[in-house]
Amino acid sequence: MVDDLYQETIIDHSKRPRNCYAMVDANRRAEGYNPLCGDKLKLYLKVENDVVADASFVGSGCAISTASASLMTESLKGKTREEALMLLDRFHELLTTDTAASGELGKLVVFCGVRDYPARVKCATLAWHTLKSALNDTGELVSTE
Amino acid sequence: MKTLDSVISAEFDVERLREDFPILKQKIYGKPLVYLDNAATAQKPRAVIDSVVKFYKEDCANIHRGVHELSQRSTAEYEKARVRSQRFLNARSRGEIIFVRGATEGINLVAASWGRKNVKQGDEIIISALEHHSNIVPWQILCEEKGAKLRVIPMNDRGELLLEEYEKLLGPRARMVAIGHVSNALGTINPVRQMIEMAHRSGALALVDGAQAAPHQKIDVQALGADFYTFSGHKVFGPTGTGVLYGRAELLDAMPPYQGGGDMIRTVTFEKTTYNDVPHKFEAGTPHIAGGIGLGVALDYVMRVGLDKIAAYEHELLAYATSVLSDVPGLRIIGTAREKAAVVSFVMEGIHPHDIGTVLDRQGIAVRTGHHCAQPVMDWFHIPATTRASLAFYNTTAEIDALAAGIQKVREVFA
Repeated sequence: MVDDLYQETIIDHSKRPRNCYAMVDANRRAEGYNPLCGDKLKLYLKVENDVVADASFVGSGCAISTASASLMTESLKGKTREEALMLLDRFHELLTTDTAASGELGKLVVFCGVRDYPARVKCATLAWHTLKSALNDTGELVSTE
Repeated sequence: MKTLDSVISAEFDVERLREDFPILKQKIYGKPLVYLDNAATAQKPRAVIDSVVKFYKEDCANIHRGVHELSQRSTAEYEKARVRSQRFLNARSRGEIIFVRGATEGINLVAASWGRKNVKQGDEIIISALEHHSNIVPWQILCEEKGAKLRVIPMNDRGELLLEEYEKLLGPRARMVAIGHVSNALGTINPVRQMIEMAHRSGALALVDGAQAAPHQKIDVQALGADFYTFSGHKVFGPTGTGVLYGRAELLDAMPPYQGGGDMIRTVTFEKTTYNDVPHKFEAGTPHIAGGIGLGVALDYVMRVGLDKIAAYEHELLAYATSVLSDVPGLRIIGTAREKAAVVSFVMEGIHPHDIGTVLDRQGIAVRTGHHCAQPVMDWFHIPATTRASLAFYNTTAEIDALAAGIQKVREVFA
């Protein structure tokens, strides 16, 4: 049922996204845009000694993409660059394969329902691919469409 | 066509007509399919599906060259489709009917062939704020190549074009006015007859993108005065990859070929090639023969049902859908033109169209969400996307009720 996709935590984070502001002293930035959906976000990171000290975002999009960005910024704080990229891989696996959810994902497991909605995977992964661009400092506009 | 003859009565018997569309009987996630994405593509009646199957089972051969029986049969069927298209548009002659892959190719053909020959530096092409990307980009490409200017007729908050602004754009350098008959994103029916007359008064030609009009109302290119008119077969209940471009004979005769290849030539030597007559001059290579035949059958089908009856029925259905959806708290209809075809585009406060589309899909309801290939229209209304329910003559008031119930479910999920 559709409620498996729109779990309470997702609805909550889509309505009241956390860390939703433009960070003035960020030292990494990247933008993601899915023109077909109209999902847009700017991601801000403060990376100190290879550790994500702070993360925030601004943007507009569907419930899945907004909640994904919100929960991602929460789960990034304190992670090293390598740990953050590993989390991205785990998150991607959660959405696209049948393997059991990895313990590292924590709250992010609420996105497990997305795997039954292939058309919505791009919504859930936009923030994460934007993260990769920010961490690698490529400066590219990211799209998952 | 026995099923069809029996439904031709004074009454518009939608339940009988639905019987002609095999796909409509299925369930999606256990719920009856409610197909409200007709502006993207329409479903196909059995007669069309059967004609495509019959071609491959019994008549398959290439057209216009074989002396053998199968080739003669396929040529006859394919050319019959051209005559049906001519009747559908009320064109003067069959030579004015060019088969294309769809309205997109129809517009590209005119931009590439007529445009390259006739548009010069400093000339102006006029389009409107309502256009689908397919009636924007080919003209942009042409303008860029020629150093010409693209001018855009603005609209008001209802999604209606401003004719007084259009009048001002019609200067001495205006060469072509390319406008949609019906907006795919909002449903606005443009006053194309009047707009064509205005174009002609200033010495410009007029092309009409009829992709969203052809399935819903009678088209008469002579009454409209259109120089070019194009539509897509798959939106008029025909196969995908088919369509028609109508062009006035004297314009087509003077235009250079669009693509080179077989069928479009008369004689070829390495020194010189002479071209075939219209319409074949514009139809290089083996076309989508089965599709073209299917398109002819589809046009015959809608003409038998009666486009005036279809228009009247859909008008009622649209009024019903508009009134039902207007009652939903937090829902705003985008596009409220006084003259409107059966499209309801809407946004809901605090709920993104993609989330609406996903929840509706799980109720068996197919709608379109996104920018509908009309990003400038979305920008005008300062929205990234809408949810669009687009109707066809086989939709029912019960399906509108199902949509309303589906939207209620959306509100519950995001309460």
